[in-house]
This record gives sequence, C-alpha cells and structure tokens, in this order.
Amino acid sequence: MPSHTLDDTVQNGESYLDVKGRYTGVFGWIFSVDHKRIGLLYLGSVFVFFTVGILLGLFMRLEQMTMGETLMTATTYNRLFTLHGVIMIFLFIIPGTAGTLGNFFLPIQIGAKDVFFPRLNLLSWWLYIAGAVMALLAIFTGDGMADTGWTFYVPYSTQTGTNVTLALTAAFILGFSSILTGLNFVATIHRMRAPGMNFHRMPLFVWSLYATAWIQVLATPVVGITLVLVILERTLGIGIFNPAMGGDPILYQHLFWIYSHPAVYLMVLPGMGVISEIIPTFCRRTIFGYKAIAWSSVGIAAVGTLVWGHHMYVSGQSSTASIVFSFLTFFVAIPTAIKVFNWVATMYKASIRVEVPFLYALAFLFHFLIGGLTGLMMAAISVDVHVHDTYFVVGHFHYTMFGGSVFALFGALYYWGPKMWGRMYHNKTAIVALVLQLIGFNTLYMTMMYLGYQGMPRRYFDHLPQFHDAHLVATFGSWFLVSGLLLMIGTLLYSVFRGEKAPANPWGGTTLEWQIPTPPPLENFDEIPTITDEPYAHKEEAV
Amino acid sequence: MLSGASSFASLVDDAFFFILIISIIFFVGIVATMLFFVVRYHHTRNKKVANIEGNLTLEIVWTVIPTLLVMGMFYYGFIGYDTMRNVPDDAMEITVTGRKWSWTFTYENGFQATTLTVPKGRAVKANIESEDVIHSFYIPAFRVKQDAVPGRDTYLWFRATETGTFDILCTEFCGDRHAYMLSTVEVMSESDYNTWYAGTSGEQITEGGDLSAAGEKLVTLKGCIACHSIDGSPRISPSFKGLYGKMETVYTDGKERQVLIDDAYIAKSIKEPAADKVKGFENIPMPPQPLSDDEIKAITEYLKSIK
Ligand code: HEM
Ligand SMILES: [Cu+2]
Ligand SMILES: [Cu+2]
Repeated sequence: MPSHTLDDTVQNGESYLDVKGRYTGVFGWIFSVDHKRIGLLYLGSVFVFFTVGILLGLFMRLEQMTMGETLMTATTYNRLFTLHGVIMIFLFIIPGTAGTLGNFFLPIQIGAKDVFFPRLNLLSWWLYIAGAVMALLAIFTGDGMADTGWTFYVPYSTQTGTNVTLALTAAFILGFSSILTGLNFVATIHRMRAPGMNFHRMPLFVWSLYATAWIQVLATPVVGITLVLVILERTLGIGIFNPAMGGDPILYQHLFWIYSHPAVYLMVLPGMGVISEIIPTFCRRTIFGYKAIAWSSVGIAAVGTLVWGHHMYVSGQSSTASIVFSFLTFFVAIPTAIKVFNWVATMYKASIRVEVPFLYALAFLFHFLIGGLTGLMMAAISVDVHVHDTYFVVGHFHYTMFGGSVFALFGALYYWGPKMWGRMYHNKTAIVALVLQLIGFNTLYMTMMYLGYQGMPRRYFDHLPQFHDAHLVATFGSWFLVSGLLLMIGTLLYSVFRGEKAPANPWGGTTLEWQIPTPPPLENFDEIPTITDEPYAHKEEAV
Repeated sequence: MLSGASSFASLVDDAFFFILIISIIFFVGIVATMLFFVVRYHHTRNKKVANIEGNLTLEIVWTVIPTLLVMGMFYYGFIGYDTMRNVPDDAMEITVTGRKWSWTFTYENGFQATTLTVPKGRAVKANIESEDVIHSFYIPAFRVKQDAVPGRDTYLWFRATETGTFDILCTEFCGDRHAYMLSTVEVMSESDYNTWYAGTSGEQITEGGDLSAAGEKLVTLKGCIACHSIDGSPRISPSFKGLYGKMETVYTDGKERQVLIDDAYIAKSIKEPAADKVKGFENIPMPPQPLSDDEIKAITEYLKSIK
C-alpha cells in the first residue's frame, strides 16, 4: 500500500459541490476561489467555445464540398477560419487542460488545500471571460471579425479593414489570463507540496504542468507585446513592421513565433501529463522511466524555445537561419520519442484494464505518433519548402493538437470526471462516440495531408478541380468526426447530471486524488498527508 | 503522387520518402508493440505485474538511435535546400511581382505577362517582389515556394524537366481573392521557347498602335481585373463595364457627392484611389497603381470601348 493512502471512513468533509459559502447559486461559482470550482468554471467555458469551434470547422468543410461559392462568400470563409483558429487556440486548447484539470488536480495531487494564490486564480478566469467577450464583440461590431488567420501576419493585418484591433486586444487579455495561471502553478508547485513530496515524487501530470507554466510565464509576454505593436501600427502608424517606413514584416513573424512555437508545447505538454497518469493506472503498475518522462517535459519546453524559425523557411529569412532552425527542430523529436517509448514500455508485464480513458490514451498515441512523424517531414527544410502553408500543415497540426492534446483531454474527462462530479459515464455510448471520432478524424485529416502534398494551399476559399475528390472525402470524414464529438459531449453532460454514483477510486489509482472522498471536500484533505513513496506504487498482485 | 516537373522534384520527394519509410517502420513497430502488450498483458491473462521502474540501457538506446536517424533526416533536408538556394551562374532571370490578387512576370527584355513561360532544361531564377502584402509564389509540380515580401527581395530558382502547363498558386493568405491568385507556367522545349521569346517585346504601347487594345492588355497585366470585372459581374470592386461616362456616387473626405466618370476622374482614381471612394465599396481600399500617363491613357481608351 502506498503510505499516503487515507482511510475513506475518517473523511467527513462536505463535498465542494455542496458547500454553502458567502454566495449561493451562480455567484457561489463565479466568485468562488476554490480551485475545484474554478477548474469546473474553466471546463464549462472552454467547452462552450469548443462546440462553437467545431461547428465553424464543419461549415468550412461544407463549403469545400463544392467548387466555387456555395454556402458563403470568400469574405465569410476567411473570417470563419480566423475565428475557428482563434477560438481553438486562445479560447480552447491553451486554457483547455491546464486551466480545467490543472486547476482541479494540481493542488490535490501535491497534497495541498488550494493553489498558492486563490484570488489570482479567480482573476485568471475572469480575464479569460473578458478576453472571450472581446473576441465576441469583434465579431458583432464594426466591420466584423478579423480575416487574417490566427497568425495575424503583417502587413495584411495592419491594412485589412476588419476588426483586427479588437481581436488582438482579446488575445492580449487572454495572454494575461494564461500568464497568471502559469505564475500561480509555479508558485504552488514550489511552495505547497505535502511533506515528503520532493520533485521526484510528484505525479507526472504535475511535472508537465510545471514545464507548461514556465512557458506561459516566459513566452506569453513576448506575444503580448507583439500584438500591442500591431495595434499601435494600426492606430498610430508607428511603422515598426512597415517596410515603407523602414520597418520589417519578417520581424513580426519572428516575434510571433518566438511565443507561438513554444505555445504548441503549452498545448501538448499537459496532454502528455494526462497520458502519464492514465497509462500506469490502467496498467496497474508503476510507470516505466519516471525520471525520463519527467525531465523530457522540461527538455521539450527548453529546446522548444529555440526552434521558432521552422515556421519561416520560405519567409525570406536568411538561409543560414533556416538551416540552424531545422537542425535544432529535430532535437525536439528526441524527448518526445523518449516519452512515447516509456509509455509503451509501461504496458510491459502489466495487468491492463481496457476502459474508456485507456482507449483514449491509445488513440492519443496513435494520432500523436502520426502528428510527430509528419513533423519530422516538415522539419526537413527541402520538404517543408514544398508543403509549407499547404493542407499538409493543417493535417499535421490537427493530428498533434487535436488528435493528440484534445484526445488526451477527452480521456482525462472520462478518467477524472467521476472524481470531479462524482458520477460515472455510460460506457457503451462513450465507446461508440470514440469509434466515430476515430473514423472521422483519420478520414478528415489524413486526406488533408494527402491534399497538401498534392499542392493544395491552406486558407483557400476554393479549390482547383484536381483537388475535388479528396475534398469530398475529407468533408465526409468531418461528419463522422462531428457526430462523434457531439455524442461524446452529450455523454459527458449526461454523466455530470444523471450518471451513476462513482466510488472514490473507480480505477485503482495511486495518486492522492484517488485517496480522498468523491467528490472531494472543500479543503481536499482533513489532514495533509506525508509522502514516503513514488506516485505510482502499485502492488505486485493486481486486484 | 503529384508528378514532378523540375530537377528539385526528386530531391524533395526522396527526402520525403526517406523520412516516410523510417516513420512507417517506427509507427507500425510502436503501434504493434502497444497492441500486443494490451492483448498479452490484459488483466484476464496477466495478474502479476512487474513494477519495473526503468532501464538505463534501454533509455540510452532509444535516445541514441532516434538522434542518429533525425540527423540523417536533417542532412537530407539540408542538401536539398542547399541546392535550392544556390543559383547556377547561367540562370536566366525573370521578375515575379505579386499583388492583390495577381502575378506579373517580367522578362529580361521588358516583356510582361500574367502567365509564365520557361524553357525546359535551363535554370531560371525568379526574383520575387510584392507590391502590397505578403504573398507566396508556389509551383507544386516544381516543389518550389518562396514568399513575396514587400520591401524585401527574395528569390528562388528551378530547372524544369518536363514540357507542359503547371499550376502557380499563392500560399500566403492575402485577402478575399487569395484562392484565385492563380497562374500557370508553361514549359516549352528550348527551341520553341527561343522562337516564342524572339516574338515578345517590352513595349506595351507602340507608336500609332491601337491604344484601346494596349489598354485591354494593361488591365490584365497590372492586375486591375483581379478586382474589377469587365463583364459587369460583381466582384469586390465596381465593374469596368459601362463605367465610362456614367454618374457615380462617391465619398470625398467623408462627404457624399456625384461625379461624372471622365478621363480626369479615371486618372485620379488610379493615382490616388483614396481621394474618392465609391459608395458601396468604401471599405475596401484600392492600392495606388504606379502607371505612366501613357498607360493611363490607353486604359481610359479601353474603358470607353466596353459599354
Ligand atoms: C470537428 C473538428 C474540426 C474541424 C472540422 C476542423 C476543420 C478545420 C478546417 C477546415 C480548417 C481550415 C483549413 C484551411 O482553410 O486552411 C481548420 C483550421 C484550423 N484548425 Fe481546425 N478543425 C477542427 C477542430 C480543431 C481543433 C480541435 C483545433 C485545435 C485544438 C483546431 C485548430 C485549428 C487551427 C489553429 C486552424 C488554423 C486556422 C488558420 O489557418 O488561421 N481545429 N480546421
Ligand atoms: Cu513551431
Ligand atoms: Cu495569397
């Protein structure tokens, strides 16, 4: 038995869901400083935006079913992919795992009662909402949503008549929300670990959040300042990016990717953390290569800050720069590969239970491998010259971010949902939804990668006849995918309100969150546990 | 697979397939191992677990082998790129100009066209420039791409290996008609090309020639028809058809007024498009066009002819 196990019967704290504080009803949530309630606030909000983002993606696919203008004009399409990108990146995936599950489980997993700055935590959520409202305003006011793509490249973004300034302000505020979350997590991990929990006894999810938090704190300010510069360029014409005034548009791309490349790890690291929790639990054994997995998160975060120029091989940056960036980029593959090998090795001589969260972990590995390996193709400069800014890239990043990170998030919701809302999900529906997602996802994005290699550029409202058949197949896939996603969201919602009551530890997990009652009491622990062992100490004889 | 028509095609495709094959080996290997473990160590088959905490030898093996492989991949990508960036000395030069939303190709003799014509087997260097925002010049069949950046000269080169006609696309998002910023490159045999090139000339407007016909060519060359149709169909800007001699409602300094579209108005619209904004199109700024007075005269003649 791991020695930090607490006996269920001595727990009598009231569930955080029932606690009556200063405020009741909705206010009891939106003014709550309890990290668990804030986690659920985030979860609810990001899923609202996710659903909107999915529908926008579906509309784009429907337009691509035919050649020429069918459902919408080019102007609308351009706003759709911008909005889809902005929502999926800034409103969904960046806060998606850290803000939701990180907030909920980070303190519990390290044996703390809350995060280090609970009020700041609530402020992060409010800033998130403020940013989201601004993004919405950008759609409905002035000349409508920006049409620049989520990358806001100058000089297009300084010249277009659309609501770029408001959209950038929204992204700026969202950046602050992200920085505050990061800051809070770093402080929490350094200051609030239970006695005996040294860094090498922390659960791997915590490690991944730690690496993520540093990226949030260090890289986000760069993009914040860059976006402000674009706003100044639009409003005051300062000319820093304007060649007519001696400025340089490529400078913008550097500044943008200095943040946005590390940001892709910010999107995927928490997902990797989730996988490092799910796999040992369902294998009923300790994780293989704990230190390798833990430190590779840090390695990815560190090397990941040095590779941004791989987005700019054909931008006009110097050839030497492209070559150096290509070289460094390949090194990100190494810590990533190390993680994958260790996860698979954890299944060796295990006693595996195949439940929905575990199936999602397998799906994560399947997609993430494809996403990572196609990343190698694009890291090779000559190949990237051909596929840069084509559907190949669109397929690749959906494989990593969506098939990887987001599938990990789905798995995590099935894994931790029973703990968070105290109820189980309906198993068969969950599996049907997963199968639909797998068929749809791979049909859609594999086809996109094929299209890209054939030369289909991204952000194209229309396509040439030779691309038509593949576009049809892709759209067909999107229907399966969207049905699977909606069915899953339905399943999760049903489990929140109607699911069967969940036991305290349905999966036989060993980390601290499984040792406290379900749903957790307000302060998580009656008594702060003392840690004497590694986080995944399973017994030899599996039960 | 997309067929290749330049000397780079095999360079790029070989690097791609090299990585693809290694990737497939790894992918199949890892997924198969994973599925095998799931079946073999399913809890119904295996009750007793081995809490193996790690293995240093394995960690080293699966760090070193991928490192060596990715270095091979880097090298493969690098040599291809190195070739792409080093232009042979005997390359013929053309200038590629991108603008919203068309391409213009200028030859060494000053001849301009909206489609590209090149000889098979000869190295061609394209000097790429942009008049407004960033575009990207992409010929999938040649496996080449380079951004057109305002205020910065960029280039690419290629050597076509097949005759035929191939697509040119813009791959950097540049606005409403980005998806229609298309052109083609025609690859001719060396002798056909020489004959064709001998028949071209840099003079668009010839002394005593047909001004209206020259104007018709110019509206294509200078990219006007990317936004203005000539058949009355609506695009994002007013159609040229029936424009000359019409009364138009415009905003001048924010004030609405009526103007007659005559020679002077057309010249002003080309040089200072922002001075009078046509009602209904006031949100889409037209960039000022650097045209000579003769060119403007020719275009005006042409506009008169399309009623
Ligand atoms: C049903 C789900 C989805 C569908 C059908 C879908 C479809 C699409 C399509 C058609 C595009 C535009 C391609 C183009 O024109 O270049 C696109 C772009 C994009 N998608 Fe998705 N997508 C989905 C989910 C996601 C998710 C979950 C994420 C992130 C977590 C995501 C992130 C993005 C981003 C960042 C872009 C680029 C936008 C831009 O070019 O500015 N998508 N998606
Ligand atoms: Cu990157
Ligand atoms: Cu374009």
